Amino acid sequence: MSSEWPLWEVFVRSRRGLSHVHSGSLHAPDAELALRNARDLYTRRQEGVSIWVVRADDITASSPDEKDPFFETASDKPYRHPTFYELPDELAHM
Amino acid sequence: MDETALQRDFDATIDADDRIEPRDWMPDAYRQTLIRQIAQHAHSEIIGMQPEGNWITRAPSLKRKAILMAKVQDEAGHGLYLYSAAETLGVSRDELLDKLHTGRQRYSSIFNYPTITWADMGAIGWLVDGAAIMNQVPLCRCSYGPYARAMIRICKEESFHQRQGFELLLTLSNGTAEQKAMAQDAVNRWWWPSLMMFGPPDSESTHSEQSMRWGIKRFSNDELRQRFVDASVPQAEILGLTLPDPQLRFNSETGHYEYGDIDWSEFKRILAGDGPCNAQRMAHRVKAHTDGAWVREAAAAYADKRAAREEGAA
Ligand SMILES: [Fe+2]
Ligand SMILES: [Fe+2]
Repeated sequence: MSSEWPLWEVFVRSRRGLSHVHSGSLHAPDAELALRNARDLYTRRQEGVSIWVVRADDITASSPDEKDPFFETASDKPYRHPTFYELPDELAHM
Repeated sequence: MDETALQRDFDATIDADDRIEPRDWMPDAYRQTLIRQIAQHAHSEIIGMQPEGNWITRAPSLKRKAILMAKVQDEAGHGLYLYSAAETLGVSRDELLDKLHTGRQRYSSIFNYPTITWADMGAIGWLVDGAAIMNQVPLCRCSYGPYARAMIRICKEESFHQRQGFELLLTLSNGTAEQKAMAQDAVNRWWWPSLMMFGPPDSESTHSEQSMRWGIKRFSNDELRQRFVDASVPQAEILGLTLPDPQLRFNSETGHYEYGDIDWSEFKRILAGDGPCNAQRMAHRVKAHTDGAWVREAAAAYADKRAAREEGAA
């Protein structure tokens, strides 16, 4: 019989002070076992101090592909970056 | 966007040495090639647990046993990273396992050789994992993002596999005459099959050119094989062991070692299913999966029960 366990995305905080980063995914019947499996699969060498697991189905993603106009509104606003401004060299720290 | 524009975008991403991500448009042949390659790779990691698992209960010390268990556990992990990467291309885990169990997808022919002495644990780590690393390091830059990321994780873990094997062989080689002979025998048996791990010679390799164009493959089979030979010869000298190839010699003009002819008929025979352990490996794999069915069912039933209880409490 085939009732595949749901897919979970795994996020690991490698140490205090850093944010959780996506490590990969795995199958598990529920959240608790997903956490345990994630510990065995993604932190066999002390790669983490904290794990999040999220049902892959529960993730809403921005767009059908990774280079669509969704992010284009930011591309014509270079003045949001400090390097946009030309200032005299004498100005030491700014 | 029409197909030509999508294809142009895809080509531009590849040409820029950028990564393709799961929800990007990709040509169907690219998708199918990746599914086949990643699945075969995942199956190899999983089947690869068997030849070494064979020696866990007979390891000569607690230390060696712990090391071997950690290595075999890593190989299980590698299989899982790779199955997940394959799943991002739209195949299900069940489908992949089913194809392995029914012989519709392959695993590396190297795992169809038996592990008849403890020294085989050393020769596998040194040569088989060594050849795998040589193949896998370039895949860390593969054009498909999830595959490349899985390979980075795998390569980090592989280096201990090779080092523990080398250390094991070195210990045997420096031991009694009998132990040294056992190490030599293992190297004699594993050397040629390890060279075959790089696949058929470039002149006969069917998918190579397209895979190079797609940034899935970075070096040809023969290039990687040559690198492996060049790296292994001096390592064998350090071990005080010889490699079973009378034609092996250094060519000072090319700066490479020349090696004898590989018996490709043996490779083809094993690939076709007629190796010493093909039937045993498949039977064991299918049995492990079938025997584990009740565990998967029980875990699912338990998850349902808890979910129902939580709903009732809410
Ligand atoms: Fe591995
Ligand atoms: Fe390995």
